[in-house]
Amino acid sequence: MTEINYLWPLAGGLLIGLSAGLYLLLNGRIAGISGLAAAAAGLTHDGDSKLGLGFLAGIIAGAWLTATLVRHPDITLTSSPALLIAAGLIVGYGTRLGSGCTSGHGVCGLARLSPRSLAATAIFIAVAGATVFVTRHLVGVQP
Amino acid sequence: MRARMLAAIVCGLIFGAGLVISDMINPGRVLAFLDVAGSWDPSLAFVMGGALIPSAVANIIRSRGSAPLLDSRFYVPTNRSIDWKLVTGAALFGLGWGLVGFCPGPAIAALSTGRWEAALFVAAMLVGMLVYRLSHRQRLPNYSAN
Repeated sequence: MTEINYLWPLAGGLLIGLSAGLYLLLNGRIAGISGLAAAAAGLTHDGDSKLGLGFLAGIIAGAWLTATLVRHPDITLTSSPALLIAAGLIVGYGTRLGSGCTSGHGVCGLARLSPRSLAATAIFIAVAGATVFVTRHLVGVQP
Repeated sequence: MRARMLAAIVCGLIFGAGLVISDMINPGRVLAFLDVAGSWDPSLAFVMGGALIPSAVANIIRSRGSAPLLDSRFYVPTNRSIDWKLVTGAALFGLGWGLVGFCPGPAIAALSTGRWEAALFVAAMLVGMLVYRLSHRQRLPNYSAN
């Protein structure tokens, strides 16, 4: 059943790309979630906080509906508050400093062949992989 | 504005559905992709490959038009220079992503599950964004003329 294992990620990826593509063609904006979250929290200058809130509310509702109707996620996640807080702070600061995350650089930026997004995506995947290697195989703190 | 708001909500709904269907909402799945030395799970590569197809098609359509359907112009960054902010920021993001397996989209989607871990991560993430906001005098990004 290996084919089935690739159909779910492929189908989900197509939906994520469809969302990003529609947002570009309808609203003329990049569907970068870190940017939308910062906008929703009123932490940007562009006055897009309502659009950010709408997009984020859509994500939460869409995830809930899909989990209820299509596929219930079996979430594996650390329960260490210190780790969650540290990672959250670093992700929040880093995505603003680096102008994007997996969606803004990885999905939107790569699709428009932005050299910045190509560099950012290569860097954050490499560093994340190295982090997992250190925490799982050298220190052994991660499940 | 009402049409743009509706578009944002609909795009968010599709995005959230995609995160659940692809299982990217699950940090365990993401860490399994990043764990090249362990039992590697290639799922995330298929998610990204799948996402790039419609996203690239939209960019081709965009390059042939002058404006989006619901706004007067595109708000797409034109900066192409790779500077220290980008490199440091991407490296920090990668570090945080690798520690827990959450990037911003899946973390926000996971709020729908009611897990306190997701709420704590998102709260800390917003604080991190606030710290950046307070420590940097932001200038408006450069957007393309259309």
